Amino acid sequence: MSKPAAPRSFQEIILRLQAYWASKGCAVLQPYDMEVGAGTFHPATTLRALGSRPWAAAYVQPSRRPTDGRYGENPNRLQHYYQYQVLIKPSPPDLQELYLGSLAAIGIDLDLHDIRFVEDDWESPTLGAWGLGWEVWCDGMEVSQFTYFQQVGGHDCEPVSGELTYGLERLAMYVLGIDHVMDMPFNDPSSPIALKYGDVFRQTEREYSRWNFDQADTAMLLSHFEDAEAECERILAADDTDAAGRRIVMAHPAYDQCIKASHLFNLLDARGVISVTERQAYIGRVRALAKKCADAFVTTEAGGGA
Amino acid sequence: MPDLLIELFSEEMPARMQPRARDDLRKLVTDGLVEAGLTYGHAAAFSTPRRLVLALQGLTKESPTLREERKGPKTDAPEKAIEGFLRSTGLSLEQLEIRDDKKGQVYFAVTERAGRPAAEIVADVLEKTIRNFPWPKSMRWGSGSLRWVRPLHSILCILTDEAGAEVVPLDVDGITSGDTTRGHRFMAPGVIRVTGFDDYTAKLKAAKVVLDQDERAAAIWHDAQQMAFARGLEVVEDKGLLAEVAGLVECPVALMGAIAEDFLGLPPEVLQTSMKEHQKFFSVKNPKTGRIEGFVTVANRETADHGETILKGNLKVLSARLSDAKFFWENDLRTVKTEGLEGMGAGLANVTFHNKLGSQGARVERIEALAREIAPVVGASPDLAAESARVAKSDLRSEMVYEFPELQGIMGRYYAKSANLPEAVADACRDHYAPLGPSDDVPSEPVSVAVALADKIDTLTGFWAIDEKPTGSKDPYALRRAALGVIRLVLANNLRANLAKWFEKANSATDTADLLAFFHDRLKVFLRDQGIRHDVIDAVLAMAGNDDLTLVVKRAEALSDFLKTEDGENLIQGFKRANNILTQAEEKDGVEYSFGADPKFAEGDEERALFAALDAAEAAIAPAQQSEDFAAVMAEMAKLRAPIDAFFTAVQINADNEILRRNRLNLLSRIRQICLSVADLTKLEG
Repeated sequence: MSKPAAPRSFQEIILRLQAYWASKGCAVLQPYDMEVGAGTFHPATTLRALGSRPWAAAYVQPSRRPTDGRYGENPNRLQHYYQYQVLIKPSPPDLQELYLGSLAAIGIDLDLHDIRFVEDDWESPTLGAWGLGWEVWCDGMEVSQFTYFQQVGGHDCEPVSGELTYGLERLAMYVLGIDHVMDMPFNDPSSPIALKYGDVFRQTEREYSRWNFDQADTAMLLSHFEDAEAECERILAADDTDAAGRRIVMAHPAYDQCIKASHLFNLLDARGVISVTERQAYIGRVRALAKKCADAFVTTEAGGGA
Repeated sequence: MPDLLIELFSEEMPARMQPRARDDLRKLVTDGLVEAGLTYGHAAAFSTPRRLVLALQGLTKESPTLREERKGPKTDAPEKAIEGFLRSTGLSLEQLEIRDDKKGQVYFAVTERAGRPAAEIVADVLEKTIRNFPWPKSMRWGSGSLRWVRPLHSILCILTDEAGAEVVPLDVDGITSGDTTRGHRFMAPGVIRVTGFDDYTAKLKAAKVVLDQDERAAAIWHDAQQMAFARGLEVVEDKGLLAEVAGLVECPVALMGAIAEDFLGLPPEVLQTSMKEHQKFFSVKNPKTGRIEGFVTVANRETADHGETILKGNLKVLSARLSDAKFFWENDLRTVKTEGLEGMGAGLANVTFHNKLGSQGARVERIEALAREIAPVVGASPDLAAESARVAKSDLRSEMVYEFPELQGIMGRYYAKSANLPEAVADACRDHYAPLGPSDDVPSEPVSVAVALADKIDTLTGFWAIDEKPTGSKDPYALRRAALGVIRLVLANNLRANLAKWFEKANSATDTADLLAFFHDRLKVFLRDQGIRHDVIDAVLAMAGNDDLTLVVKRAEALSDFLKTEDGENLIQGFKRANNILTQAEEKDGVEYSFGADPKFAEGDEERALFAALDAAEAAIAPAQQSEDFAAVMAEMAKLRAPIDAFFTAVQINADNEILRRNRLNLLSRIRQICLSVADLTKLEG
């Protein structure tokens, strides 16, 4: 089998991952249309990891970590970046081989590189979720997170989902041999209008860094947090049955509010208005919402409970 | 006698769990086999990231037949009793034997349990082992319910004898045993069929897998040293890292690289920590300059380009990591320059130490006050000690320590020096955490000692005050370690101090007596390791001034040495005899015989000699006690042995003459008094 040629741009790596996982039978989904801190928050992962129904999905998820903003100046850190996420339930026995195939697909020559699975257990205190697995190293560089979900939203995962997360910018910089993220070709360098990552994102990194760190209205964010929390609880407390007598549990709308609360918390954190002790309390409040959403989801048809 | 080979083949096991897992596998399987009646000659366990292996030599072919006899009821016993016996043995009436007993004829049940073939027992034991394996953390995968550290893929289990290899049939949640395994994940992923342990290791080696972890570690160390040596450098030894790295690879290939010139100005501890923690690199030192100039990384494969691509990748990651470290270092130096080291620590006021013990800032203030208090006792300048305490925790707010918490103290010293603080202050920043481990060096520089004591005593008294003491195996705040640290600081520096006073100064809400009792327990453990009996320590701790640990230990050592001599041993017996007679008489008579005996009532030579000996001892012991020359005290005590022994042999204490009896009891009381002035000898055992 001939080895694939080296990719030439950020988007080519994304396209190859999409094609690869599509060829392995994953539903290629689109990003979730809300602000999230990581691809895991997408309901296609968080909620679909629950319940007994099989699932296989792959998608790009724009992710925001306000505290990581560096005004576009740091070679590796961004407050907005992309994750590539794969979730397969139940985890297939050859998931490691499938994963390695994806590295080959994006041009990593497995005969020349040193790929290692190094213990790294994953935990999301805000989602009440944890799993065991590894960070995957390529020549000492962490290129992915590989996790077997054991619990999500306080529920045992049965069956267990296998989750893969690729930090796309970092992975692409490695594959393309780029030292500063803003210098990375976004589209093909020989395109009539060749764009670099910086052409697309330098401006937004600067703007959001300022807003995240200095300008975001903390009083407003706090009240939004309270609103999201209240709305999530209200949605879940609503009667299962609507006016027309249909049983419709609103797990997803409630979960949207949970995602919102989580992101608002991240923004407040970046503004430095949350003390160490309060931090735990906020995380606990978001986790409580995530758990309730998980409780609701497993009673739905998609959640295998109806 | 067949050999047994077991391989549990899984996805990558964490390196840190492998040593325990090897021991557990060996123990669980061999214990199970022995319990079932098998014996074996030799057992050895091995691991790689993907396999956990046990090889047993000389296993017996089957377990022995077991004959069991049970006595039942008499033949004429009520039918109910006989029925019950049949039920419990599972036999019928005809199968019982009838034997003559003293009381008549009695039923006996004789059952024979046939021996079982080794394969059957191995299958049972291995399945049980797999299902109950004590992983510190385990997981499920796919749709199954089996737990293992990572998904378990195959079980190789064969018994091999002269006739060949036989698979031990076994099925654990759909994973069936066989005689096959796989080679290196990338270099030889094909299936390998094996017939025995030697065949297995040889075929694995051909498939680029070195089974024996020690062999891998030795190869890594050898290659790393060779490469460094060839360039006039040397590898910094790190046994923990070597074991970990050996647990991360099946086909170790050491590769050496140089650290870019840009980063050579970073403190060596920073280079070493960053390379070790983030990338599991060994540091390579230039022995002429002492600088860390290179690294060795260990890849898990050979490549056509001899590791060039791998090394290039690793260098790139290293360079990014060290750029971060350099960025932190430069930022920290800038902060120290503009705000001073104290300024760097200003933010500690906003960091919670413990919600009942206030902020780190408040803690620093307490340590400062206590260090000032302690300083004169340890021979330090109070001002320097206070200054050191004020800045000793500042580096906790540095970017470098935020990134690498294990560099706390070490960075403090660098930053103190860059702030031009006195050498003693800089040293205290680094050394006030010491001693941490039981074999760590104990600081001896007075300022460091003062701050080290203040830090630990503040922690101990604080947690005591809020009733967060260690219980059983739980000691989340490492208070035992802190107490041992104080003990070692006091003893190693020969400090004369009353701890109780420091405790009260540190925190008035502390139950000083209880904390002191905790210290005494730790001291017992510490001295026991040095060969001093616990009852000797108890005898010494019962004396006044037991919060002066140096005094306690001096006394205990002298007493311990004394007890090892024949005089000491006998004197204690004499003391006990005197004490017993006296105690009984005092209880019986309801009085205390402490008036002092009168020599004019002494009758024989032995009694007069004892008077003289006691006079001499009292005169000599008092000044020796005063000057704390406990060896001299013990030597004086030793002189009492002969007169006391002679006295007991020649003199009857409970004489008919009441005056003589009372006088002799009062004489015994003098013996008791002298002996108890040394230590509470009643606490001694034996």
